[in-house]
Amino acid sequence: MNPDHSILTLLLLTPLVGAVVLALIPEREADIPGQSGSKIHAIGALVVTLLTFLFTLHLPAHFNYAAAPGSFQFEENYSWITSPAIRYHLGVDGLSMWLIVLAGFLAPIGVLASWNTIKQRSKLFYILFLLQQVAMLGIFVALDLFLYYGFWEFSLVPLTLLIATFGRTENRRRAAIKFFLYAFIPSAILLIAIIWLYVQTNTFQLNELHGMALAKAISPNSKAMLLCSIAFLVAFGVKVPIFPLHGWLQDAVSEAPTAAVMVLAGKLGLYSILRFSFGIFPDQSHYVAPLLIALGAVGIAYGSLIALIKTDLKKLAAFSTLAHASFVVLGIFTFTVAGLDGGVFQILNESLVGAAFFILLGLLYERYGTYELRDYGGLAARHPWMVTMFVIMTLAAVGLPMLNGFVGEFLILSGSMQSLIAHHILWTVVGTTGVIFGAGYMLWMIQRIFYGSLGHRPKEVTGWDLTAREHLELWPFAALFLVMGVASPLWMKAIDTFGAPTVDINTDITMNMSPRPATQPTFVDPTLASAALGKPAPTTDKGARY
Amino acid sequence: MSTNLLALLPELVLTITGVLVMVLEPVIPAGKSRKPLGWLAILGSLLSGLAAFYQLQIVNAQGTLTAFYSTIQIDPFSIFFHLLIAAVVLVTLLGSLDYFESPITHAGEYFALVLFGAVGMMFMTSSVELLMVFIGLEISSISTYILAGFRKGRATASESSIKYFLLGSFATAFFLYGVALIYGATGSTSIGPIAAGLAITRTPTMAILAVAMVLIGLGFKVSAAPFHVWTPDVYQGAPAPVVGLMSTAPKAAAFAVLLRFLFNGTPMLHGHWILLIEILAVASMCLGNLGALKQHDVKRLLAYSSIAHAGYLLVAFTGTHQNAVAGACFYTATYAAMNVGAFLVLSQLSGFSERIRSIEDFTGLALKRPGMSALLGFFLLSLIGIPFTGGFFGKFYVFSGALQNGHVWLGIVGLANSGVACFYYLRLLAAIYSRPTSDSVAYIPVRKVTAPAAVALAATALATLGLGILPNKLVHLVERATPTTTAAVAVQPTQQ
Repeated sequence: MNPDHSILTLLLLTPLVGAVVLALIPEREADIPGQSGSKIHAIGALVVTLLTFLFTLHLPAHFNYAAAPGSFQFEENYSWITSPAIRYHLGVDGLSMWLIVLAGFLAPIGVLASWNTIKQRSKLFYILFLLQQVAMLGIFVALDLFLYYGFWEFSLVPLTLLIATFGRTENRRRAAIKFFLYAFIPSAILLIAIIWLYVQTNTFQLNELHGMALAKAISPNSKAMLLCSIAFLVAFGVKVPIFPLHGWLQDAVSEAPTAAVMVLAGKLGLYSILRFSFGIFPDQSHYVAPLLIALGAVGIAYGSLIALIKTDLKKLAAFSTLAHASFVVLGIFTFTVAGLDGGVFQILNESLVGAAFFILLGLLYERYGTYELRDYGGLAARHPWMVTMFVIMTLAAVGLPMLNGFVGEFLILSGSMQSLIAHHILWTVVGTTGVIFGAGYMLWMIQRIFYGSLGHRPKEVTGWDLTAREHLELWPFAALFLVMGVASPLWMKAIDTFGAPTVDINTDITMNMSPRPATQPTFVDPTLASAALGKPAPTTDKGARY
Repeated sequence: MSTNLLALLPELVLTITGVLVMVLEPVIPAGKSRKPLGWLAILGSLLSGLAAFYQLQIVNAQGTLTAFYSTIQIDPFSIFFHLLIAAVVLVTLLGSLDYFESPITHAGEYFALVLFGAVGMMFMTSSVELLMVFIGLEISSISTYILAGFRKGRATASESSIKYFLLGSFATAFFLYGVALIYGATGSTSIGPIAAGLAITRTPTMAILAVAMVLIGLGFKVSAAPFHVWTPDVYQGAPAPVVGLMSTAPKAAAFAVLLRFLFNGTPMLHGHWILLIEILAVASMCLGNLGALKQHDVKRLLAYSSIAHAGYLLVAFTGTHQNAVAGACFYTATYAAMNVGAFLVLSQLSGFSERIRSIEDFTGLALKRPGMSALLGFFLLSLIGIPFTGGFFGKFYVFSGALQNGHVWLGIVGLANSGVACFYYLRLLAAIYSRPTSDSVAYIPVRKVTAPAAVALAATALATLGLGILPNKLVHLVERATPTTTAAVAVQPTQQ
């Protein structure tokens, strides 16, 4: 049997079966309270996640870069429920491929990061963690709206329980419920929108809906279509989070254990916008793009500014997540090749940098039991390796050339300069300030944790430098930051097979041209497009971007 | 076998076993375990399920059966409900076999009453003559009135029973009044002739009034707002397995009557009753969910949730005929699976004496009873409507039916409501999975789950999961349920 036709199911089944197996292994609690019980569940979860990661690597190894743009690979398409017509339809394209690998990559690291911090009820923890993994991979591969929605909603459950059970303070239950409600209520409206779409079109298949959207055949009711697209966007925007919808972020991030924080924000919502909002509502996404560009820029500045004044490290990290996610929003809604490619690339960066950031904060917490910035100081001498890792992560986060953050941010900002979407150039300027503020709060944080006089918490407690396991968690990040910074085309090659045709389609819409044949592998030359609109031609060309 | 006997086969089986249980009860010496009677009752419900299945084979081969001068009609619709009721009764009996802590708690009566109640419910679903429906309604109600007060000697139990009885009798009176009025308007109390009579009636106002009365009577039975006030008190006082039974099976039967009566009996008045249904649905969803928000007692909380679920079910009625029947049938089945399951877990956890009641008592439960907590959590997630559970697909099915018929706002109200609903389910779920407070877990007694109860729990859990991931089979069955019912009405012109 050709593995290409079952690899995605295998990807979903591995963590699912893993979770079931873990559930069957009885838990032995430690005899002495506070000591950790047996490690069997952690080891099991590590094996399962490593196996999953291995399977995800099958995708880039066998990805066909020459496939027609807009087509999916590794497809599986079976009838699931006949009435209404719901199909078990999975597939991967340039957008989702690296996200899947990313999810696979982060999972074993998440297990390692929880190795010592989850002392009690580790069985429950790892089961929930693996279920979360199933939901996340499911979101990335589902091409049937109903199936996708299933994974989307389902992903809330393990995360909510992880926060409610393993939260850090007494506030955990409230934070978990807040997180759930924030995500669930817009998702309920999203379900209405999905059913409405089904009533109009009789299909849940993304590719069919996409085709109908291009032919403007979904519904003649443009107002309803706009409302529908807003329902999609809001449901996704809460998860990103996009600027005014971030109310849940701070509490959830500050409560959630490290392994859960790594998947809370960012990639799921952003991917969904790119896949479904852009796929089903190209016109409407175009229509609201100026607003989203503005919200993205405001989110960058707002997140960075708040991060500057936060003294709780987890909350600081939460707002830096908001700022980084807003960068992606700014990029993708420019509908330029640079903005979209950069945006997708930045999703990868944001997840990696965020994960490394939270792991490092977790290490500090493990040693000193506090996230309060004012309690720290002067740790550089004590933890030479840790400070090195912190600095590498910071440099990647602030976009130092040669590291991955630079590629993403540069492409996004240049995309927002060239964009044909009517927007004020001011937003680009506002977005760029985020780069400066970002460097500000990250470096200031490093300075306050590691330099200066010894803080009062480190005076009381003696910490230790990175252990072998912690080195194992962090070095892959450091290596990836560098490789993704200097060899970005390796990733861009796949991402561009999504980015370029997406621009193509939307440029057609703005310019009222007939849709191009889907097989045409090129993207619209920005020079031509601008000339047609009487604007100065952007100077960046595709080759020079990398 | 004569058609008449065949049409009543499941009911007959149940009646005979019920009578047997009653006869054998005094034979068993006082102080001895009544478990053999329970096994007999289980056997009876199993057989009646098989009988319903046998009916399905017959109907598949020969088409709809009518019996007793066309007052009983056996079609896929009624068979679906027969199977459902038999399954709920079976699971309830399995779960309550070891529920009674001492053998002197009149367990024999309990088993017999459950069976007799089921007879009434089955009658309701298969009769197309409103007076027969009324008789079925009374049989089922009287059994449940007694069952509600089964934890004798407790004030809440008496309150539960008496409140249910008084309000319930009042409601059945409304139903009967409605039947009388519809007879006045159309000259018949039979579904088919009512539809024909409505076309030529000279007193349409009286017919509308009659429909409203019937809606009030059945609205009470399904605990739809504003006829829901009895629900929390009754559920709080009644034994947990009984609540699982009476929040699902009689409701399913009442919904079956409503579906038949509204869609087959009074389609002429669709424009009138659809408005009433919409009001009932919105009121039930909103009042149920808002009421549940501030509850601390878990049974009261689930009582309010059952009011809200009645509202979701009523939303199904706004679809086209086929969508409405399919959606409502599917939803009753999923709701039965998850709600019976949830109450089974409660009964297993707290036992006959119901020592753990409030949400605070459940804090840290997962640490002491991981398996039970996982099950209860799963049922709660299904009640919320999380994908890959029956609850989600049920909700999806119901709301897509409503949307297809253009009731977008009803869909939005309903799903926004399910957003509110998840708050209180989550409060319980988060309590179960959070760290225990110093004294909460200590109070939770570890009762061993016996084999029959384990089977019952597994059955409800598997049904809830199965309806969520492989709903195809049931969807086909419920979609077939409608046309036959309409066709059956069409083949009764002799009476018109």
